[in-house]
Amino acid sequence: MSKQKATPSHDGNVAHDGAHAHEHPPLSFWRKYVFSTDHKVIGIQFLFTALFFFTLGGLLALLIRTQLAWPWEEIPVIGSLFYAESGGIMLPENYLALMTMHGTIMIFFFIIPVLSGAFGNFLIPLMIGARDMAFPVLNMLSYWVIVPAFLVLLAAFFVEGGPPAAGWTSYAPLSALPDMVPGSGTGQTLWLVSLILVGTSSIMGAINYITTIVMLRAKGLTMFRLPMTIWALFITAVLVTLATPVLASALIMLLLDRTIGTHFFLPDGGGHPVMWQHIFWFYSHPAVYIMILPAMGMASDIIACFARKPLFGYRPMVYSIMAIAGLGFIVWGHHMFVSGMNPTLGLAFMTSTMMIALPSAIKTFNWLGTIWRGDLHLTAPMFNALAFVSTFVIGGLSGVFAAATPVDIFIQDTYWIVGHIHYVLFGGSLFGVFAAIQYWFPKMFGRMMDDRLGKWHFFLTFISFNLVFFPMFILGAYGMPRRVADPYEYQLFAPLQPLNQFMTISAYVLGASQLILGYNFIWALVRGPKAAQNPWYANTLEWVAPSPPPHGNFETIPVVYRGPYEYASPLVTADYLPQHQQLDGLEPAVETKPVQKTAISPASR
Amino acid sequence: MGVFENVSTYGAQVDSLYLLVLIVTGVAFFLVEGVLIYFLIRYRHREGHRAMYTHGNRRVEIVWTVIPGFMLFGLAVYQYSAWTQIKIDRPNEAEAVVLSLEAEQFEWYAAYPGSDGELGTDDDIGSPVNVIHVPVNQPVIIRLTARDVLHSFFVPVLRIKQDAIPGTTIPVWFEATQPGEYEIVCAELCGLGHYRMRAFLTVESETEFQAWLAEMAAR
Repeated sequence: MSKQKATPSHDGNVAHDGAHAHEHPPLSFWRKYVFSTDHKVIGIQFLFTALFFFTLGGLLALLIRTQLAWPWEEIPVIGSLFYAESGGIMLPENYLALMTMHGTIMIFFFIIPVLSGAFGNFLIPLMIGARDMAFPVLNMLSYWVIVPAFLVLLAAFFVEGGPPAAGWTSYAPLSALPDMVPGSGTGQTLWLVSLILVGTSSIMGAINYITTIVMLRAKGLTMFRLPMTIWALFITAVLVTLATPVLASALIMLLLDRTIGTHFFLPDGGGHPVMWQHIFWFYSHPAVYIMILPAMGMASDIIACFARKPLFGYRPMVYSIMAIAGLGFIVWGHHMFVSGMNPTLGLAFMTSTMMIALPSAIKTFNWLGTIWRGDLHLTAPMFNALAFVSTFVIGGLSGVFAAATPVDIFIQDTYWIVGHIHYVLFGGSLFGVFAAIQYWFPKMFGRMMDDRLGKWHFFLTFISFNLVFFPMFILGAYGMPRRVADPYEYQLFAPLQPLNQFMTISAYVLGASQLILGYNFIWALVRGPKAAQNPWYANTLEWVAPSPPPHGNFETIPVVYRGPYEYASPLVTADYLPQHQQLDGLEPAVETKPVQKTAISPASR
Repeated sequence: MGVFENVSTYGAQVDSLYLLVLIVTGVAFFLVEGVLIYFLIRYRHREGHRAMYTHGNRRVEIVWTVIPGFMLFGLAVYQYSAWTQIKIDRPNEAEAVVLSLEAEQFEWYAAYPGSDGELGTDDDIGSPVNVIHVPVNQPVIIRLTARDVLHSFFVPVLRIKQDAIPGTTIPVWFEATQPGEYEIVCAELCGLGHYRMRAFLTVESETEFQAWLAEMAAR
């Protein structure tokens, strides 16, 4: 076999032609599965790691809910395991550590890695018709930089003083002064180091994704023929690149305040605590869009596929994602309305925050437009994608209350906010992740998950999710504060304990329901039926590669002739028309007017 | 918020804004979710049925961009005056009862001006820890600060919340409309005792308030 070195301009790929033309000796186990530079392996590494942290973060949440239902009572089994010294009862420092680590793990070690790290990595080259990322070694490093981050954070559970206890938001001076709460000792330092590493990994990935999407698209794949998944991942990567360095700077400043005696956030030396909040939220607000945009993109692709219908309003959808990302940089002050920030800024941030609801509303209407007059196949991925839309709507609408500054005076730091964030993050991003796992599992692993189990998982999760989180708006309307280990110390909130108990029981059901997904996932990995190349009859390029794709992805790099949403096209009798499919005869430049119908062989649907 | 009493002059405004947002978002909620569920049932897969081939509709895009856009912008502007009244404007200090309130892990320390009429002087009248008294139907200005970490002064029945920052003094004003004893909640995570950083606001008649102040001064 002769070595073929493709020139960069040949097919946009810097790698070789032909899926098997790699002229290197067989890779060792370590190079193939551990320190792999193959984007698919790296994506799956991120997936498994993220799912581990999802489980851990979820268990922490169940402990939080247990305390809120039965404060200071002996916890069966877990109590004797972890809280033996206090007679099986959780202590205030345990509670604060739990909620800090729950938030930190879910945000930085689950949602961001699973969306950008796992699906970003796995899907981008496949969906754009590339053999791998532009920088495969950088890609491998981005996973291996995050591994020490995980280990450092896990170590925080075991150090003196315990894990950080200042919340995932880590406000100064509580987080800056080690004496103010036990977790602000070594635990907080480890948290800072861990997050700096996570941020580094994110930025490495983002640079790779931007370069790959800009430079390595297959022939014919213009930007406005990209699937929404790719647009979303692309814009998310831009957000990551611009915002994460700001977080890094905040983390470093806090580290310096804690170690070498600077006073960025400490008033005793002329610093200002609120400055932490400004710098932190300048990143962390765009971060919430980093946590939702990929899910929005994936939901769009999944909904169009199972509605057998083009995405409604493709360009408005793309522009809306850009608008969300852009506006996302000028709303951060809405986390700080009562912080002591100049109140005049409250007027400005209220206005920008109200406006950022608009592109999300536009997207919601376009999702409805997509299923309107569709041919809806209600598979498990479709249910989860539609749940994404319906719960994201609730999350977004609840945000309008928080954007209304006079109302926010009351609901800030209450359970209203906790309800809001969980509707957009769990309802939104997580249902999106459930949809994406089940939709792309066949491509990742070459096997099918069980759709009926998927539906059981979905319905139990959807119902119990709403029973846990919707009452949080009621709690918030009562003013019940968040991060409080025993709200019933207050007469005002004592009547809320029964409702909290109901929510906790629902949370146990919610947690148990995830076992169905876990079982389905693992069973399918070992014994699932073999998947076809394109089991969902979808249009995008990843379905051209085998299930699973070999190293190099495609036998021949596909050429693209159309956009990704040509479902129900009048040009063919099948109800789908893949992007790379060549048609005999004229391909019209604009839609409508069937010129001639061509059956796609082998079997049309 | 209507779920329990409001004893603040600006509370009714806050509650009615909440109600307005509730109505607007409630209508949006029922419309969107209703359409979603209807479409799910109406357009379920049926044998021989094919989806409609359309990529969108420009006019409808414009309509559902412009109308919500105006509504959201209007909703923001509509609230400017309430926010300004609560957080930016302030009653004249000469016509208000002024006190200082300092938050420290995990207690609240209030102090009132003594006979010199100035706060921060030797004849200041200290309040018992976690206790504040104010007269009813009179504007009150609290000079709020913290001694160690962030805390937050939250009185649900007054519809007021303000973070307390070490190194900064922030004026917070309200006017209570009904006598009673009300809970003060710390609403910013401040450490282990955050959950029990509870204080009490007593609203009473002018006479009772003066009597209480005198008694505190004598101690």
